[in-house]
Amino acid sequence: MWQWFHKLGSPKWFFGIATRLMPWLLIGGLLLLAAGLVWGLAFAPKDYLQGNSYRIIFIHVPSAFLAQSIYISMAVAALVTLVWRMKLADVFVKAIAPVGLVFTFLALFTGAVWGKPTWGTWWVWDARLTSMLILLFLYGGVIALDRAINDEKSAARAVAVLVLVGVVNIPIIKYSVDWWNTLHQPATFKLTEKPTMPMEMWLPLLLSVLGLYLLFGWLTCLRMKTEILVREQRTRWVKELVLAGGK
Amino acid sequence: MHPIRKKRLTIVLFLVAGLAIAVGLTTYALRQNINLFYDPSDIAAGNAPVDVRIRAGGMVEEGSVIRDPDSLKVEFRVTDFAASLQMEYVGILPDLFAEGQGVVAMGRMNANGRFIADQVLAKHDEQYMPPEVAEALERASRGQHKAADLEKAAESTAY
Repeated sequence: MWQWFHKLGSPKWFFGIATRLMPWLLIGGLLLLAAGLVWGLAFAPKDYLQGNSYRIIFIHVPSAFLAQSIYISMAVAALVTLVWRMKLADVFVKAIAPVGLVFTFLALFTGAVWGKPTWGTWWVWDARLTSMLILLFLYGGVIALDRAINDEKSAARAVAVLVLVGVVNIPIIKYSVDWWNTLHQPATFKLTEKPTMPMEMWLPLLLSVLGLYLLFGWLTCLRMKTEILVREQRTRWVKELVLAGGK
Repeated sequence: MHPIRKKRLTIVLFLVAGLAIAVGLTTYALRQNINLFYDPSDIAAGNAPVDVRIRAGGMVEEGSVIRDPDSLKVEFRVTDFAASLQMEYVGILPDLFAEGQGVVAMGRMNANGRFIADQVLAKHDEQYMPPEVAEALERASRGQHKAADLEKAAESTAY
């Protein structure tokens, strides 16, 4: 297990693995997401109360899932950066923070668009919506802090501390709808309990969530490879790679 | 594990645990402000201030909605099944507003214990189902009511 862990610390090894994984992630992600979205948006039954407007759930829930999962994985990587000083963990945080920002924004935006016809308002300061907005600012803070410090090592540590501080927000987002009175309803899409929607709505939602996770994996590999090339540009293996035409 | 790494790990874990406790205590202390709305039982217990803009929420009681035919004025009762609260609102209600559905209203309590709302938002639950299923459920529950009514009628005429 430790050998695998140390291998993961080698940018060159990761570069090879990522290159091999990427086509599978891209094809699998596109297929699943397309299947989930077409099924959900065009063929799944209407909701008895909201009619067709509930269909935004097929974009809203996957984005919100990703927004939180990305932050949790960033926190794990931040822990690795602080304790083991592994360079690749920092590359990971740097590569995915903007992706997390985009998904958080998407979740907030689709939520607002959905809130207007169902609740009657774009925005309300309830605990779920506010904690999601804090997550958006955390992502923004992580990106800004990283850009503000020129030295790579001190930037990595400062960012790692900020990410770990912000991780307290994640259980607040998750349980806000149970701990406090909120306008936002409790979770529909649960992995551990029986879902509160029929199979023909739940399955397309599951497909979109899985598809978006795979596409996120592909994007992570792509962004990490770019960052690795920039950081390792003086090493021999990168020079050989470039001379060989990137093959 | 290397002793230096062990030390770093302990520091990081202490940092996160301490922070979690601090945030936990803060949100616990502020829970009344974080709650988006007061329940009817909170208001019945006198926990909500009078003549201050607050939000109140609950389920619209069946058969309690009275619409004024000449204006947009609506009166209805909101309940949490322990207490209920009389509300008044002048304006356009959201599409999802219906008897048996959740609402969150912004407004003031007046001296007579009535809630004068200036904004009504619909709250929906996490249940989604196709219209046919909802209809079938409705029919089934009505069938049960009918069966219960029949039983009651049978009991009352038994002697």
